[in-house]
Amino acid sequence: MNVEQLKSRFKGHYDFMVAEKFLDEQFSQLQQLQDESTPDFAFEVVSLFFEDCQKIFHDLDRALEQPMVDFKTVDNNVHTLKGSSSSIGAARVTHVCIAFRSFCDEHNLEGCLRSMQELKRETALVKNQFEILFKLEQQLLAAGGSITLPVKPSPQSNDHPWFM
Amino acid sequence: MMTDGVFAGSDTETHELHVLAVDDSLIDRKVIERLLKISCCKVTVADSGRMALQYLGLDGETNVGFNESSAFKEIPVVIMSSEKVLPRINRCLEEGAEEFIVKPVKLSDVKRLKHHIMRDEVEENEEKSSSQGTLKRKLDDTNDDDVVFLSSPPSSPLSTLLSSSSSDSSPSPSPSPSPSSSPSRKIKMSD
Repeated sequence: MNVEQLKSRFKGHYDFMVAEKFLDEQFSQLQQLQDESTPDFAFEVVSLFFEDCQKIFHDLDRALEQPMVDFKTVDNNVHTLKGSSSSIGAARVTHVCIAFRSFCDEHNLEGCLRSMQELKRETALVKNQFEILFKLEQQLLAAGGSITLPVKPSPQSNDHPWFM
Repeated sequence: MMTDGVFAGSDTETHELHVLAVDDSLIDRKVIERLLKISCCKVTVADSGRMALQYLGLDGETNVGFNESSAFKEIPVVIMSSEKVLPRINRCLEEGAEEFIVKPVKLSDVKRLKHHIMRDEVEENEEKSSSQGTLKRKLDDTNDDDVVFLSSPPSSPLSTLLSSSSSDSSPSPSPSPSPSSSPSRKIKMSD
């Protein structure tokens, strides 16, 4: 397969991930942070995220098993996951975290347990999608190609300073 | 409130902004560090308010002289948070934060902030040099941070650095007294 075809495959998968909301524009920000000195930055950060997930899931499972569930602890963990998932652009995971936090606020254990399952499912799904994406990127780079992901000029939260 | 933030100022010799980025999330630390480096800032990261205070020599262990501590009051603080709650944002700004940015932080945010802070630095230095001759802030090698990007949980001792002036009656999460005077540029970390 030539560079153009590989590029097209990579772009196609990236577009798919965005369309399915597995990814949002924050991921393209990560790609922008890569250069010769840090060619695998996005891959490293995403890998860190999934490692982090394992630890957090373990803590969450433990917390949710307790006879008296400490919803504050659960919420703190979900908040962390919400932050890091949004930092890598894993939009669907962030979305589940937001709902999860509402259940924590309500002290709704059933809702939390359901969210927990959804969180595990969404994380596994996006992990799979990332594995495909990074593999395609690797193939493209090995063939001498390069990637420039579009940085969508969508309305930004911080375009207008908050200062008074 | 789990918020993150930055303190910043420019190194008078190289004009490179030195940023202390504080965040308890490893992933967010890596991202902000990279965002800042790519924007030509010198970066130091801390994983907690405690570590940040230690680094700045304000943890009570290190003897910090009057000049150094008053210099810290000049350091602009930028709060970063994934929570976009207007009353909290206003509170941060009222209590002296330079700016508040919503996570996830983008390159354009860092560029804009850097420009804003360096422009302020230039204006301040110009004022100072016209009235007093060249005034170089002499800080310890380890304490030459100009910006702190602050992200730490509410119970962080960084709030001691950032507690408001004595006239503020609202409770601070940490009981330690802050360096006196100048209410500007001080922020209270709160839930």
